[in-house]
Amino acid sequence: MIYLELFIGFLTVGFFSFGGAYAAIPLIRDTVLSYGWLDEDTLMNMVAISESTPGPIMVNMATYVGSSKAGVLGGVLATFAVVLPAFFIILLIMVLMRRMLDNPYVQAIFRGLKPCIAGIILATGCHMILKNAFSPLFQQTVEFRPLVIFVILTLLYFGLRKIRKKKMSPIMMIAISAVLGVAMFGV
Amino acid sequence: MPVGKRIAIIMSTSMVRVIPVDKESVVNKMLTIFLTFTKIGLFTFGGGYAMISIIENICVEQKKWITHDEMMDVTVIAESTPGPIAINCATYVGYKQKGIWGAVAATLGVVLPSFIIIYLISSFLNHFLEITWIANAFQGIRIAVGLLILDAGINMFLKMKKKLLPCVIMGCSFVTTLLISLFAWNFSSVLLMLIAAVVSLVIFCIQGAPSKKGGEGR
Repeated sequence: MIYLELFIGFLTVGFFSFGGAYAAIPLIRDTVLSYGWLDEDTLMNMVAISESTPGPIMVNMATYVGSSKAGVLGGVLATFAVVLPAFFIILLIMVLMRRMLDNPYVQAIFRGLKPCIAGIILATGCHMILKNAFSPLFQQTVEFRPLVIFVILTLLYFGLRKIRKKKMSPIMMIAISAVLGVAMFGV
Repeated sequence: MPVGKRIAIIMSTSMVRVIPVDKESVVNKMLTIFLTFTKIGLFTFGGGYAMISIIENICVEQKKWITHDEMMDVTVIAESTPGPIAINCATYVGYKQKGIWGAVAATLGVVLPSFIIIYLISSFLNHFLEITWIANAFQGIRIAVGLLILDAGINMFLKMKKKLLPCVIMGCSFVTTLLISLFAWNFSSVLLMLIAAVVSLVIFCIQGAPSKKGGEGR
């Protein structure tokens, strides 16, 4: 029953994604891969598209996975599920327990969650880069072009930040990487 | 039947005329909330944090729906509650304005544009990716996405307090997650997060109120 799976899968994502979209990407990846809905490359394409279209990234991802897997209804269910926990938790906090977040035990839980999430995100980023930029080096036909793209992007992204003291926007980054991809691999 | 129908019409028109002033203003207000958040949802690229500044601009400075301090409050709450940050903010502002239904209107408004856009894209993207140069572009894009995720992780790490326990937890979760993805093990990040939460809670309880041992010095 794909609808139920979508709903439960994205409800879990919505409930455990502390710290915004980047914390949700590993969770969505987990869910999507363990159910076998999509392969990893498609997922990464989706992250890129979610970044470059308006709206919350998590909502975009949910809509995308849901509707590509099970049509409009799938999209609606997945989106609904990912939004639901955030909606009710805010209502709960406003109506009942404004001070709940100041509770020392709740704080202790957060102190554990935050570094764990940071680790998960870091590992996901590393894995993505290893897989897309470094692993082609060890294939039968050695492929170095992804690595070149990676080096150029890294220099641009972190270099520009050092020089201009301002971050390059994700959309700019994605646009540049698209141009590099076309330039390296041909039209 | 015509008589009944006429009465019904009179009833309904009179009802509309009696209640209208109040009800219409409520409906109007809801519509305003909905449309405002649709606009916010439509014009913010780059996810939650970009959205916070837009929400602040529109809801605090233009519409004066909430105060600046409240906005700061929401941001803090949004960061420590699960779910999309933009949804947390929309729910909060909507609720402040018109209770539960205001919250529903705001949340629906913020979600609707991206839902429609993504739905349209998802229906033709696969055909799109069969075109060679677009597929090539995405080979580059996937690397950029990896870099963006890595950068988000680095930023989170930099903001963290550099004490023993958080660093240990982060190291463990980093290594575990990397191993999981490299070897395609079946172990969910949710479980990892629950373990980290329990470990931190247990250590907090053991250290107790005035920590005598101070295992890691605070």
